[in-house]
Amino acid sequence: MEEIVIQADKLTKKFGDFIATNAITFQVHKGEIFGFLGANGAGKTTAMRMLCGLLTPSSGNAKVAGFDVYKETESIKKNIGYMSQKFSLYEDLTVVENIRFFGGIYGLSDNEIKTKTEELVERLGLTSVRKKLVVDLPLGWKQKLSFSIAIIHQPKIVFLDEPTGGVDPLTRRQFWELIYEAAHKGITVFVTTHYMDEAEYCDRLSIMVDGMIKALDSPKNLKEQFQVTSMDQVFYKLARQATRSE
Amino acid sequence: MKAVIANSLSKEYDGKTAVDKVSFEVDEGEIFGLIGPDGAGKTSIFRMLTTLLLPDKGTAQVFGWDVVKDWESIRNSVGYMPGKFSLYQDLTVEENLQFFATVFNTSIQENYHLIEDIYVQLEPFKNRRAGKLSGGMKQKLALCCALIHKPKVLFLDEPTTGVDPVSRKEFWEMLKKLKEQNISILVSTPYMDEASQCDRIALVQNGQILSIDAPKDLIQNYQNQLFKAKADDRYLLLEVLKSLEGAKSYAFGEYAHISVEEGKPIDKALILHHLEANGLSQAEVDVVEATIEDCFINLLH
Repeated sequence: MEEIVIQADKLTKKFGDFIATNAITFQVHKGEIFGFLGANGAGKTTAMRMLCGLLTPSSGNAKVAGFDVYKETESIKKNIGYMSQKFSLYEDLTVVENIRFFGGIYGLSDNEIKTKTEELVERLGLTSVRKKLVVDLPLGWKQKLSFSIAIIHQPKIVFLDEPTGGVDPLTRRQFWELIYEAAHKGITVFVTTHYMDEAEYCDRLSIMVDGMIKALDSPKNLKEQFQVTSMDQVFYKLARQATRSE
Repeated sequence: MKAVIANSLSKEYDGKTAVDKVSFEVDEGEIFGLIGPDGAGKTSIFRMLTTLLLPDKGTAQVFGWDVVKDWESIRNSVGYMPGKFSLYQDLTVEENLQFFATVFNTSIQENYHLIEDIYVQLEPFKNRRAGKLSGGMKQKLALCCALIHKPKVLFLDEPTTGVDPVSRKEFWEMLKKLKEQNISILVSTPYMDEASQCDRIALVQNGQILSIDAPKDLIQNYQNQLFKAKADDRYLLLEVLKSLEGAKSYAFGEYAHISVEEGKPIDKALILHHLEANGLSQAEVDVVEATIEDCFINLLH
């Protein structure tokens, strides 16, 4: 039996009368790349915030890395990594300072930080810019660094919220190589994206419409189920049914 | 008359080149796309053409008006939708539209036909404050405000970034309708799949234009031979393809694409053999037609 690292059971969040996330149920396995798709306003961000321990659900249950989203939010935060396009690095710190800062936040020892810094700088080819301010790095480099820092404490799960928006096609692919590598090492990847070719890179994915999960399977099975040839068409068929306007 | 002429436009910030001798022309009634990643210089180009930023070198005209000398005429006759939402968050939908109409000495009624298709979707929310709208709705309102004075040229800086695929498709349908009304459109996007919706596109990277062409000509001019490959273990597939000499491989949706330079003796049989020799006996390989994204990747390599 594959180890389950995210278990959501009728997870729901209401804001007043508005049901942002409506009884979603799904499981994510260890080492899996799980795509979390949906139109703007479908309820993805709300669901993700609950799973990260940042927002208390209205009803339903969920366990993330074995911890309860109501009672054990601090343990969840220690066992996950998070990266989004909006929140990533401190631009007025250097590459090395950012690594040291986040390493410290995640509770790594000085020795671990030292080793990790060398490893990371070398692996990402940042040796020549290690003492440069992050603000001066090209966006693609920033995002690769940001991802590597999000998994510096070897979390069980890393949450990626539209990590590749606005990046050039080559860098986008290098970024996905890092994702594959992390998944290969057993880190579970939970990722949202608006690029449908990236949906194809996921092992399984769910598509949310109006707060509910309307489809969940591997890209291959979803295409068969909807009798289409691309994920773009699957998404289009489903999202068209949306009735609520964001 | 050309809608836009950029002639060797250049801009530096603190010694760093943002725009490097960029030249292109947009025909009247054309949808012209600037395609490139964040940081390529697209926004600086937009700001120079809309007279909000002075070029360091080079010249540009919009409908014959010079971007430095004739800024008043240009501002009166273009619509600009910046990448960042720039409407008044604490005015309602209707108040925003009214405001922009008044500033340009016109009324909502006068040019209502231009925005009608878009505005009917906003009408149920016309008393809502702009700051409370969702992303897709804000985008539609911003487009209405940029159109209300019946501009000759529309400058749209990444109007679809972060917008889901369905809303993006709808947005492009709106642009095509505007084109039918003879409005020229300069639009930028980081999404390669949107490039094919433009009449012509310029691929931009590091402040420079790499190529200008109609999407289908760009694809026709792709010189390399392109294959697609598929295997159950995608991670292994990409790793194994890296060691195939004379070819460049990259992930492409459910496939890996393998781009082979002209004259290199690599064919389907050889790729299959290479995969088999490295433990991928069930792989599929086939010839495939290039897309805009393949062309861009090829130019970046």
